[in-house]
Amino acid sequence: MIPFDYERPSDVDGAIATATSRGSVAFLAGGTNLVDRMKLGVTEPELLVDLGGLPLDDVEELPDGGLRVGATVRNSDLAAHPVVLRDYPVLARALLSGASGQLRNLATTGGNLLQRTRCVYFQDVTTPCGKREPGTGCSAVGGSTRQHAILGASERCVATHPSDMAVAMAALDARVRVRGPEGERVIPLVDLHRLPGDEPERDTVLSGGDLITAVDLPPLPPGTRSLYRKVRDRASFAFALVSVAAVLRVEGGVVRDVRIALGGVAHKPWRATTAEEELLGGPATEEAFRRAAELELAAARPLSDNGFKVPLARNTIVAALRELSLEER
Amino acid sequence: MESDIELHVDGRARQVRLDSRTTLLDALRDGLGATAPKKGCDHGQCGACTVLLDGRRVVTCLTFAIAHDGATVTTAEGLADGERLHPVQEAFIERDAFQCGFCTPGQVCSAVGMLAEVAEGRPSAATADLAGAVELSGEEIRERMSGNLCRCAAYGNIVDAIQDGAR
Repeated sequence: MIPFDYERPSDVDGAIATATSRGSVAFLAGGTNLVDRMKLGVTEPELLVDLGGLPLDDVEELPDGGLRVGATVRNSDLAAHPVVLRDYPVLARALLSGASGQLRNLATTGGNLLQRTRCVYFQDVTTPCGKREPGTGCSAVGGSTRQHAILGASERCVATHPSDMAVAMAALDARVRVRGPEGERVIPLVDLHRLPGDEPERDTVLSGGDLITAVDLPPLPPGTRSLYRKVRDRASFAFALVSVAAVLRVEGGVVRDVRIALGGVAHKPWRATTAEEELLGGPATEEAFRRAAELELAAARPLSDNGFKVPLARNTIVAALRELSLEER
Repeated sequence: MESDIELHVDGRARQVRLDSRTTLLDALRDGLGATAPKKGCDHGQCGACTVLLDGRRVVTCLTFAIAHDGATVTTAEGLADGERLHPVQEAFIERDAFQCGFCTPGQVCSAVGMLAEVAEGRPSAATADLAGAVELSGEEIRERMSGNLCRCAAYGNIVDAIQDGAR
């Protein structure tokens, strides 16, 4: 690991000013992914700006009935927050299905959103990777692709975003509050992460000195139910092969509200808008769920080893919607 | 870059000067001679380096010591009350819940941290009713201990020991 300087500012503006004072800077929150990348030589900042001293660790109820989650709130605390348990079960379940108890006690909301792919080629500095070193190509294409993307990838990068939390937040229409050198802005969570295109090295639309300060969760409409379903190679402590965050409201057998987001299938949390449009206003039946899932996955471009993800994603979407619609009766 | 920090380790205040690159695990083991936490995978995947940091279980290999100036660390060694072992430690002995023992200090710290989380009513992925009470079933223990991997695979006895330790 290359030597680095360390600063622990006590206010947000100080953190941003410090982060823009040098070329190679990283914000340090829980560190569960950043420290690992530094050990592997994947990320080599000259300066770490520790966010642990900032007043961003509160969960606050908003006047509209929503929730504002500070960027340094621990994943374990957010998962156990009474309002999250009561009003956003999809988020609690997603958080609890991520990593292990020890890691959730360190990991934070902002850090979870900005964690990077665990693509083995990205993490192995002896292999070419255009996400790690722009322009060097993609070792996964033509390599082992079991964990990789089926939607929205490019020939430059087929990595998947690893977060469970972000998939639930995508289904919740969460908004990300960002403060940067130019001031404050709010980015819909579904627009925070990028598809790889020609610039796989850019995971998000953020740039230098941009600091996530909070995530706002709007209230779910009355009568909606939500859940998170994660499929992985072992029962616990593993990244998703496919995951589904779903929100559903059925009235008189008709779908009145539906949101679906997928994890493990793309470079970002994948909001399944095609399936949502197909379902809205139609019957809440198994056939309709299946047709909607198939329409969404018509765009899938599986790789050599991950063709199984297409039926797996379809079946997981159908199972999630079935469970939510059964609870309704 | 070097810095001086203070850590309260197993009941003693300790000063240590360390390079910014030093993980909390290396600071404990190499800087302070607290060798109960073990270096297993060194990437957060095995849990052998688990301690209680300000009362909560964490892996110490994925966090820099410099970020924890003033913190309180309890390792498996500090769980005992003088000569009297912690009930979870006694239960591990009683149930023969370890084999080579390399992962045991992390298992024990994780179990103590996990039991506190259960006592606070915090659910896990295995909890059926998020808003209800948590019952310490075998399934709950397995889910909550999934961050501790032991290649000797003494898992069955560990589950029994934790259930004993909770009583």
